Amino acid sequence: MTSEELKKLQITACKVRMGIIESTHAAACGHPGGSLSSADVLTYLYFKEMRVNPQEPNWADRDRFVLSKGHAAPALYAVLAERGYFPVSDLTTLRKVGSYLQGHPCRSVTPGIDMSTGSLGQGVSAAAGMALALKCQKKDSRVYTILGDGEIQEGEVWEALMFASHYHLDNLCVMIDNNNLQIDGWVNEVMSPYPIDEKLKAFGLEVEVIDGHDLNQIEAALGRARQTKGKPYGIVLKTVKGKGVSYMENVGSWHGKAPDDRQFEQAMQELKKSLEVLEK
Amino acid sequence: MSEQKRIATRDSYGNALKELGHLHPEIVVLDADLADTTRTGIFKKDFPERHFDCGIAEQNMLAAAAGMSTCGLVPFVSSFAMFTAGRAYEQVRNSIAYPRCNVKICATHAGISVGEDGASHQCCEDIALMRTLPGMVVICPADDVEARAAVKAAYEYEGPVYLRFGRLAVPVFHEEEGYTFQIGKGEVLHPGTDLTIIANGLMVKEAVDAAAVLEQKGISTRVINMATVKPLDEELVLAAARETGRIITAEEHSVIGGLGEAVCSLLAEKCPTPVRRVGVQDVFGHSGPALELLKEFGLSAEHLVEEALSFM
Repeated sequence: MTSEELKKLQITACKVRMGIIESTHAAACGHPGGSLSSADVLTYLYFKEMRVNPQEPNWADRDRFVLSKGHAAPALYAVLAERGYFPVSDLTTLRKVGSYLQGHPCRSVTPGIDMSTGSLGQGVSAAAGMALALKCQKKDSRVYTILGDGEIQEGEVWEALMFASHYHLDNLCVMIDNNNLQIDGWVNEVMSPYPIDEKLKAFGLEVEVIDGHDLNQIEAALGRARQTKGKPYGIVLKTVKGKGVSYMENVGSWHGKAPDDRQFEQAMQELKKSLEVLEK
Repeated sequence: MSEQKRIATRDSYGNALKELGHLHPEIVVLDADLADTTRTGIFKKDFPERHFDCGIAEQNMLAAAAGMSTCGLVPFVSSFAMFTAGRAYEQVRNSIAYPRCNVKICATHAGISVGEDGASHQCCEDIALMRTLPGMVVICPADDVEARAAVKAAYEYEGPVYLRFGRLAVPVFHEEEGYTFQIGKGEVLHPGTDLTIIANGLMVKEAVDAAAVLEQKGISTRVINMATVKPLDEELVLAAARETGRIITAEEHSVIGGLGEAVCSLLAEKCPTPVRRVGVQDVFGHSGPALELLKEFGLSAEHLVEEALSFM
């Protein structure tokens, strides 16, 4: 992509981060850490990679996305809002009574949500099912899913990957947001999922490991994913939990806690500064 | 008793599925290494490209079916009751029921009549588990005619459905001619004024046989086939309670959480009526020939007669 395009995406990703902070702050709960770590890849997916139409969220020929790590809903909502699925101003209704922005994604109430998720391990199965269905229907739509690195401790994930390889679902791209932290601490200390890339390979995926905050690397990897035939594609995204907000970066306790008023101000100041630098 | 044709409802399922498959190209079938015994293999023979073995991985199978349904296909998903309603309960809850996916969960080998495999496979809790899920339709057909009709009704219904089938060949007592099945509607098989037996699954035929014996003893027994446990045909239950004053429920399922409890909950709130629940009495099963086990666990016409006599 051109440097102009890159800058535009970076600006959007920064606005997405602001949306994450604003929505979780307004809700006084939620999961900012793992939302911030997946903000870049989600921005790339919805603004560059995926064939979608915000005016027609259920368009039959669209590409699909399943947020298997459903707790990163604030990131997905912020991206969908920026992309025009619903007003950005609605992000602050997150988790409130009557809001269509549920704590975890819910397909029956939110435009643009292809699958309800939140219980870890299930989204990747649904994504594999979608990929198989689209193949049955001879459609060229693709399916993307993002899992947490803690999430892959769930046995169902490996059932799903076996299934995806067995049915040669080369229209499926499985991304692991490898931010190294889960609720109880570092993933390798809680229950090591490593080596993630080798495990994915052993389950029949074509795999690469990239910097999950580098939009150029994301673009290149997704391009290779599209060209790979006969097997699903796995991308391990090396990321930083809390990315973009200094005091949240690599701090496990920001998994499921919202910033208070003071922390909110600081986070927004930092992000505004980042935005200013980008917009210069 | 006259000689009756016996067919296991799992066979009915496989046959109905194949028939539906010819009419509706959007039907796909998922199985977990049990296609031969759940009888989805019958569908597979005609439509190998629409039958997907998921291996011994039921959790993925149920959630993958959910994903398939969001693309417009209508997945029928099969394994034993133990592994669909039991092992994959949370996938059914969170990936099928909550998102209201149009998936038909077709569980075979339900209940004690699984027989020799023993308690690990004799699922007597599936209806309880499925009933608690908002929006889930739960159907337990009694014979071949009803089972095939229920499979078609499940296809025509938009939304999640749990269908329960048995391994054991059971008498076919419905006449095919003019038979119709409607989700949520019970069926009076025998008129009566002293007592009502509300049954489903293989206990329906037992109830009909018990009613004939009771008739001879001067007890006029109404028999209701309540294949749909959810949504329950409340009007039919309330009318039976008001008109006969005594209810016996009969099911090849735990007395906790199944048809018996559904009936009791309704009556407790709307028409308090004495009820006896015949079913598996909060115990696990064990190995043995199905027919022997059914007798042992009180799932027989004889036991229903005893229960009725002591109830009067």
